[in-house]
Amino acid sequence: MPDGAPPFLLIEGVSKSFGSFQAVKDVTLTIDKGEIFALLGGSGCGKTTLLRMLAGFEEPTAGRIMLDGQDMSGVPPWERPVHMMFQSYALFPHMTVAQNVGYGLKHEPMSPADRTARVQEMLDLVQLTQFGHRKPHQISGGQRQRVALARALARQPKLLLLDEPLAALDKKLREHTQFELMSIQERTGVTFIVVTHDQEEAMTLADRIAVMDKGQVKQVGPPGEVYEHPSSRFVANFLGSMSQYEAVVSKVSGQNAEIDVPAFARSVQTGILSDLVKGETLTLAIRPEKLMIHHDRPDAANVIEGEIKDLAYFGKDSLYRVILPSGQLLSVHAVNAKRKGDKRPDWHDKVWISFDPASAILLRD
Amino acid sequence: MAASRLSTWFNRKGWSDLIIALPYLWLVLWFLVPFLIVLAMSVASQTAMAPPFGYGGENPVINLKGYQRLFTDDLYIRSFLISLVNAGIATILCLALGYPMALGLTRVSKSWRSILLMLVILPFWTSFLLRVYAWMGLMGKSSWFNQLLTDIWNFVVPLDWALKSIPMMNTNFAVVLVMVYTYLPFMILPLYSSLERLDPTLDEAAMDLGSRPFRVFLDVTLPQSMPGIIAGGLLVFIPAAGELVIPTLVGDASTPMIGRVIADEFNYARDWPMASTVAVALLVLMVLPTMLYSRYQAQAEGREAQR
Repeated sequence: MPDGAPPFLLIEGVSKSFGSFQAVKDVTLTIDKGEIFALLGGSGCGKTTLLRMLAGFEEPTAGRIMLDGQDMSGVPPWERPVHMMFQSYALFPHMTVAQNVGYGLKHEPMSPADRTARVQEMLDLVQLTQFGHRKPHQISGGQRQRVALARALARQPKLLLLDEPLAALDKKLREHTQFELMSIQERTGVTFIVVTHDQEEAMTLADRIAVMDKGQVKQVGPPGEVYEHPSSRFVANFLGSMSQYEAVVSKVSGQNAEIDVPAFARSVQTGILSDLVKGETLTLAIRPEKLMIHHDRPDAANVIEGEIKDLAYFGKDSLYRVILPSGQLLSVHAVNAKRKGDKRPDWHDKVWISFDPASAILLRD
Repeated sequence: MAASRLSTWFNRKGWSDLIIALPYLWLVLWFLVPFLIVLAMSVASQTAMAPPFGYGGENPVINLKGYQRLFTDDLYIRSFLISLVNAGIATILCLALGYPMALGLTRVSKSWRSILLMLVILPFWTSFLLRVYAWMGLMGKSSWFNQLLTDIWNFVVPLDWALKSIPMMNTNFAVVLVMVYTYLPFMILPLYSSLERLDPTLDEAAMDLGSRPFRVFLDVTLPQSMPGIIAGGLLVFIPAAGELVIPTLVGDASTPMIGRVIADEFNYARDWPMASTVAVALLVLMVLPTMLYSRYQAQAEGREAQR
């Protein structure tokens, strides 16, 4: 985006209250053209309310939404260049698949022949060419999802809103559909905003993610950044799993810090946060896959002693729950890279855990 | 030995057969048998004796004169037409009044909904006759209701059209009015039950795709409520077409409805065969839409089953 140009979609200080309940609190976001943007959060975090405000079903109590330079305040849903794919798909049961897809086109000034051609084009796009004459109840769940997508895309919206697009599909179909959604987005160039509670769905689909909690945006960024550099305990917990411990800063020197972690019964080397000072209390968090497990004490910066309390063998990898001297638990995820050779740790084995100083996450919030 | 075999039969299929047979038995006993009696009476000949009908004598044993008169006598043709037209108008008015009411019922909060539904069926708590008499009182020349309408009329129209009272009692208008009042709940309830099942997200989807609210109604709500419209329409049309009490009490003798003709043939003309003939004709006329409706329903259920 060139400097100075207004963002494609600007959500500016938007709040929404229902009576005394504040569903969305002062959300500000900018979304670029052609982006897949995910609103991620648990139920009741305000993500659906935000989506409904973009569609025009709800008016913000405060703030405004600017789409492509146009203020959307007071613009009814039927006049917005924004279409939505509903979680339940909301296909019209009394119309055929083709009639469903062509429904929005009735409002376009185009000849019936053009309309039919456009419907056919959309059906081709979602690989439902042969299903135009069927009724929604005569096709499968995955096909219905694609009809809903084709219907929402038929009028070439500036913005497509997808409410939990994959939630109703089974696991296998979900993976396939995910890639299909991404390829359709690439081909059409329409900006997608996806609402989801599923972190994996958000991470694989989206270019950027906004993690929401209690009506507020907690963090915005590309999936990798939000995952590797969570700004708060909530975000860290919501995306993937994490072991967290109380800690006190004991030394800060340049880009390194030494943190005293009572749970480890020792201090560890970590990176730093801005304005980190000695004596500050914070949370040290570490992801299971960033830890290494050893039978013998390794030569590393951070080494912790423990005993295997529990293990789960998944085939390609294993999850260990290690009990630390303090009695607290630490989760370790290890890839089973070798078929033979290294003996995998077993129940009650004494083990050593090591991790890279850069892998530890320091959280103040 | 025989007893145990009987109990085995009962346990295997006897009970289910019996339970399935009960409604049929009921229909045979209270519908088919009386209908056959009426049908038999319709081909008898009128006599001066009691009961005032018989077979044979100077007439053929199966006397079809009644059926012939049905198509030639102006009275029957006219009263059938009036019945159908009145019932049709009443049905359309009930639909026009009932549809917004039923739609409104689905859009209010749960607690309001039960109160309003209660109000819809509340009139059934008082006697139907009493309610018709109340209307007779309201429509009478000196009633406050009539005077109020008269005042409004006189206020609106030019002076030379001024009236002392509006003639409402003993008119065809009164018949339709009271029928609409009486049968309105029969329209609202099936409409409500079909509208209530509709998914409100479909309305939002249509709006999202560019339809204004009225267009949403035409494209989404109306076609999906068709089963309710048909059920309500039949529930109003069929009893309204055969209505006897309302035209007798508030109607006008010069525009007779078919129910009244049957009663008059029976009570005053003492022509039981003719009364039966008209009754059979009415039944045939009413069975036709019902059969069409059940076929429609069977199709709808078939569609439902495919889901």
